Amino acid sequence: MSVAEFSNRSVGTRQNADILKSEERRENQAFLGLSTPAVLLILIVVFLPIFWLSSLSFFNAAGEASTENYARIFNSALYRRTFVVTFQISIAVTVICVLLGYPLCYWLTRLPDRRAGILMVFVLVPFWTSVLVRTYAWLVLLQRNGIINSSLMSIGIIDEPLQLAHNLTGSIIGMVHIMLPFLILPLYATMRSIDTDLVRAAVGLGSTPRGAFWRVFLPMSLPGLFAGIVLVFILSLGFFVTPALLGGGRVQMLAQRIESTITVYANWGAASALGVVLLFLALAMIWLMHRVFGLDKLFMR
Amino acid sequence: MSATQSLPIDISNLCKSYGSVKALDDVSLNIPAGEFLTLLGPSGSGKTTLLMALAGFVRPDCGSIRFGGQEMIATPPHQRGLGMVFQSYALFPFMTVAENVAYPLKIRGVSKSDQSTQAERALDTVQLGGFGDRRITQLSGGQRQRVALARAMVFEPQIILMDEPLSALDKKLREHMQIELKALHHKLDATVVYVTHDQREALTMSDRIAVVNHGRIEQVETPERLYRQPSSFFVADFVGESVSLPVDVAGNTAQLAGRVLKSDLPIAPGGGHRLVIRPELLEVTPGAVPEAANDLSGEVHEIIYQGDSVLVIVNHDSAGEINVRVPANRAGQMGLPSKCERIGLSLHPQDTIIVPDHAS
Amino acid sequence: MEQVGQRRIDGLWLSTVGIAVLFFLILPTLIVIPMSFSGASFLEFPPTSLSFRWYREYFGSDEWMSATRTSLIAAVLTTAIATPLGSLCAYGLHCSTPRIRNAAQILVIMPIIVPVILIAVGVFSLYAKLGLNYTLTGVVIAHTALALPFVIVTVMSGLQNYDFDQELAARSLGASRAYALWTVTVPQVKFSIQTGAFLAFITSLDEVVISMLVSGGDNATITRRMFNSLRDQLDPTIAAISTCLIVVSVAALIGVQLIGRRKDKVK
Repeated sequence: MSVAEFSNRSVGTRQNADILKSEERRENQAFLGLSTPAVLLILIVVFLPIFWLSSLSFFNAAGEASTENYARIFNSALYRRTFVVTFQISIAVTVICVLLGYPLCYWLTRLPDRRAGILMVFVLVPFWTSVLVRTYAWLVLLQRNGIINSSLMSIGIIDEPLQLAHNLTGSIIGMVHIMLPFLILPLYATMRSIDTDLVRAAVGLGSTPRGAFWRVFLPMSLPGLFAGIVLVFILSLGFFVTPALLGGGRVQMLAQRIESTITVYANWGAASALGVVLLFLALAMIWLMHRVFGLDKLFMR
Repeated sequence: MSATQSLPIDISNLCKSYGSVKALDDVSLNIPAGEFLTLLGPSGSGKTTLLMALAGFVRPDCGSIRFGGQEMIATPPHQRGLGMVFQSYALFPFMTVAENVAYPLKIRGVSKSDQSTQAERALDTVQLGGFGDRRITQLSGGQRQRVALARAMVFEPQIILMDEPLSALDKKLREHMQIELKALHHKLDATVVYVTHDQREALTMSDRIAVVNHGRIEQVETPERLYRQPSSFFVADFVGESVSLPVDVAGNTAQLAGRVLKSDLPIAPGGGHRLVIRPELLEVTPGAVPEAANDLSGEVHEIIYQGDSVLVIVNHDSAGEINVRVPANRAGQMGLPSKCERIGLSLHPQDTIIVPDHAS
Repeated sequence: MEQVGQRRIDGLWLSTVGIAVLFFLILPTLIVIPMSFSGASFLEFPPTSLSFRWYREYFGSDEWMSATRTSLIAAVLTTAIATPLGSLCAYGLHCSTPRIRNAAQILVIMPIIVPVILIAVGVFSLYAKLGLNYTLTGVVIAHTALALPFVIVTVMSGLQNYDFDQELAARSLGASRAYALWTVTVPQVKFSIQTGAFLAFITSLDEVVISMLVSGGDNATITRRMFNSLRDQLDPTIAAISTCLIVVSVAALIGVQLIGRRKDKVK
């Protein structure tokens, strides 16, 4: 029946309520419909394979259901070492990024806007440049007859070239280079939004400039800092390209271990178990962040 | 102008809840064709929600909205045939002024040449003739507001909605625009529903005012009646300046500190009654207060010169503080008592407003 | 006086660290460029002789060109699919209830949160069943899923900064939702859409891990070839390829910055 007939029929409380409710439902469905293709694609490409992979992890090599893959992770010295190395490297990379990135961001904040904008290009160009290109550059720079060794030798600091590539050092240097922009961008964004009047007020009330920094500015920059730290840490945990190329085979992080378990040993069960643990660690970090700061901090603006 | 006739608006039993909050609580209102009706209330009162429901941007949970007898509750906004002016003007920054104003004409398939003539005419009406080629970013706040107005009326809608359109302007411009809008309403043949939280603005412009509070309409009246005969304490307090004192009401008589008050106005039922005193309605009586009036004399506490008038704060015996407003030249002529001296104040029965604070 | 001196030292120390870090970031990125013009057959910096031989190696190699073609086509296709899909998704989410929006937002950033190696391995095994490994289709689908979060987040933040009242105004003036979206909203968020498109393009072009497993044969991407090549030896041709990639990245970055500037002008 038409709307006019309907409303003529039910004069009184709650008239037209049904029509309105169904209109609302239609509208919500239409909006969901707009989002569905994208969400569906992500579900199919990201979630489906991972769920399937996770299920694989519960089957051993003989095809029987077991938790033997997970047991092996805890028991095998090789796997334990992989986890330890991965964590060590991730923590080291994160710490170095903070030590380098925070002063840079703070310095940029104190510069006039235009100059800071121009200098940010120095951060954005590496950020937009392919990981492979940058890793390759470090391979060249760090090799035995690379520019770093040759300049150090020509200055006279060292006699023999240092082993900087194809080992842990090279991996860490390369990873720091890749990860730095991921720390700088959210941190800088947060710092820019800090009201400098507050720092000035602190100084006006008798604090030293250093004290004002520690007691006013630093705490307010923490949300951006933590967002960057979590991002860098999670990315480092699962990182593949740079340690694979700069580690020279001596460094095996989790991602490489997963890859080799599949391509070399074709052990899908073991690889997926490792993957599940990696995913679990990444999600745990996010959950932790969410508990402390709320998830929207992750959206770099 | 063409033969568009403004339409009456009939709202019945409109309700809308957001979770446990009732934004619209069984609202009913009838607006005759061509009326300028203001929805007046504090922020969060539901007035904007009601306006948005009329526009179709808020979907009520239940109820009926009719324009000229035709049910509109399920009609999408673009088919309701109304013009709307937003608080933020919502002009399209990437179009010129003329393109903005012609936008609704373009949608309605008006020819290009007619578009420019009608747009120009609309701009003339708001005194922005010749501004067609300007960009929005080049306009001042007042000019933008007028472009928004032109855009909302260029297609001669029968109903126009306005959501606090003047709130972003400075005081002088706002007062000027209030009078202009009132004049414009007479020229246009449209029913206007206007939302504001500024009671003075409402009093200036409206044919009738609907006072909204907590999703309910407390009172719908002409400005004068609303001011003189508020039906509740909320309305009395929100509209116009006032001071209130608690009174005891039994049946039809009210007593202030033991003394019976004489009032010509009906006392609405309810609880927590208060005597609402408008400062300009209190009369300063040098001698004895006449028998027919209410005696509110007291001791002068403070005298404040405010340019056009003098505000006298008086301690009325044990009941509390009252404010009296005396036009400055009169104050000069009669000579007011000084601080700590006695001042005679009388309130006429027709000005004695006694209202309940809540329904009992 | 001591305060001023202290502040000067602090300031000096700060600028030194700042400048050092910026150099640390930019130098290795750009150092490949002069190296690619080196005439020697091994990598050296600074180059002792200049020549275009590595570029000739690159552009003259069928394999490298085929890989470049694959990568570019994949990137263009990814952008063409991810941009409209992601933009519509962002709009739909923007207009949905907060509950749906929050849930969807978590879902949508998963491709960024979940370690790429897992996605790569998972997709590889899924494609094995569907026969999509080593096909362009497979690569494009995977890259699109990876690029979507960037488009969605970018367009959503553009929508948040946009005065939505304008779309309401358009609708009150007689425009249907779709007409208002097209004539009023899209012209205003088009800067975000364009930025999202650039991000999608670069994401696909630079993608390594998934391409490593999923692309191959005739449909190997340039990243896969580069990675395998780097694993074995340091082929100087890679310097030439890298320079070309840097040029593309910088062009994209400039594009985004220009978009940002034009957007500020209209406001």
